[in-house]
Amino acid sequence: MMPTDAPTAVASAGPDAVARTETAATPALSISGVSHSYGARRALIDIDFTVAPASFTALLGLNGAGKSTLFSLITRLFGIQSGQIGIFGHDISRAPGQALRLMGVVFQPRTLDLDLSLMQNLLYHAALHGIGRRDARSRAEEMLARIGLADRSASKVRDLSGGQMRRLEIARALLHRPRLLLLDEATVGLDVKARSDILSHVRQLVTEQGIGVLWATHLFDEIATSDNLVILHQGRMLARGNVSDVLSKANAQDVNSAFMRLTGAQSQSLTP
Amino acid sequence: MSSTTVDGKQSGFSFSEYMTCLNGIVWREALRFLHQRERFISALVRPLVWLFIFAAGFRQVLGISIIPPYETYILYEVYIAPGLMAMIQLFNGMQSSLSMVYDREMGNMRTLLVSPLPRGYLLFCKLLAGTAVSLLQVYAFLAIAWFWDITPPAIGYLTVLPALILSGLMLGSLGMLISSGIKQLENFAGVMNFVIFPMFFASSALYPLWRVQEGSPMLYYVCQWNPFTHAVELIRFAFYGQVNWISLAVVGGCTLAFMIGAIFAYDPSRGLARRGPAGGET
Repeated sequence: MMPTDAPTAVASAGPDAVARTETAATPALSISGVSHSYGARRALIDIDFTVAPASFTALLGLNGAGKSTLFSLITRLFGIQSGQIGIFGHDISRAPGQALRLMGVVFQPRTLDLDLSLMQNLLYHAALHGIGRRDARSRAEEMLARIGLADRSASKVRDLSGGQMRRLEIARALLHRPRLLLLDEATVGLDVKARSDILSHVRQLVTEQGIGVLWATHLFDEIATSDNLVILHQGRMLARGNVSDVLSKANAQDVNSAFMRLTGAQSQSLTP
Repeated sequence: MSSTTVDGKQSGFSFSEYMTCLNGIVWREALRFLHQRERFISALVRPLVWLFIFAAGFRQVLGISIIPPYETYILYEVYIAPGLMAMIQLFNGMQSSLSMVYDREMGNMRTLLVSPLPRGYLLFCKLLAGTAVSLLQVYAFLAIAWFWDITPPAIGYLTVLPALILSGLMLGSLGMLISSGIKQLENFAGVMNFVIFPMFFASSALYPLWRVQEGSPMLYYVCQWNPFTHAVELIRFAFYGQVNWISLAVVGGCTLAFMIGAIFAYDPSRGLARRGPAGGET
């Protein structure tokens, strides 16, 4: 089933009904009719898609496509100008606390505190989610062990490599046990091995823990044939569905050529 | 509102979750301050330079008559000590807001703002954390100043604490309010010149208001309208175990107004939108 076929509680239900419409079929993330402008410049135009629980959805677009704006809207950093965004049925504008509780985020720029230790960074994040000190410490130790940094717990973040920092950011995003994970260009600036490690770690989270993942990227080789795909170009959504559907729609052999074909068609259609 | 989420958690937040969040933000701010030794040292050196050099030089020029809360003639150093305590908080408040602009531009504020707790509460915690850091600085200053004959009644070290918390919150809120109107980090230096120095010099921090009135009645009225003057007087009286009710009312009112203004005016998209939400990306 394509992610777009999943029921969109936010789109179809009234605001009062949103919090009550949680069923097994509720999408992890539903985006409905979202548009956003910076003054006169339109950064996003009528975006519609959903991310199902336990699925990996790649959000593919070049720099400037609107991926990060979309992330800022999903995480409530920006106010929504039009449309609706729901996290497991909770409208991000009306019930941000409930929505954000279920969401872990890895932003494109590094947001770790470089002068604090790995453990201190994780404990700070846990406190921001109201997790008590003892519980937070045990979760942090578990997370550090899982990402192979248990022995660096007391080191300053500043001393980590780029790949280790990213792993720590992912561990931090998972500390409060979210059901939806958003990653914005999480592999930018990393070497091939670090990229591959992080990608396989995230895919493991989908299969083993049932987390819904939205993975924003501009790198075609990060997309697998089993993934769901949303193509964003100049603020418009050009395609959505599983990869094979997108390939057949674009009449292309691979994601790279599908992207080129779709964005080329888009550019032509914008030309007067 | 108590609907149940998919993972079975209640939708609201418990008191202990609010307190855990507050503790975490204050703890992180204190750790950052202690790790930044240069910031700690410069925060101490600034008032000490005023105390050791400026006050020593002006001791003979500026006579201080007996004015409340003092019950006898005092040294000029003793007079300016409360003003220097307030100055530490003024600089700290502005520095905190500067760091908020920086964090907003660099992305660190996102970690705070994607917390599920209400945004107004998170910003309030951030203000309290900045105030806690200013208290560390003020008490470190007082410990050194004790060797310089700044010796209030022992109870004064305790009674001044609520005054310092209130004035710290007022100045931190003012800083946050100013930072919410700043589009980019580069603009902050100008704001420092237009806010910190006028506020400090047009106040009772360095000279009593009756002296100002003798020199310039106009400046006297400016000083009286300056909330920083009232922060200084609130601290001065509290340092000697007394309450200046007018200053308390002014500082309390200004704290509330600045805080509400700062929380409403804070817009995380301001810095992000200018550079693109992810540092150039849109």
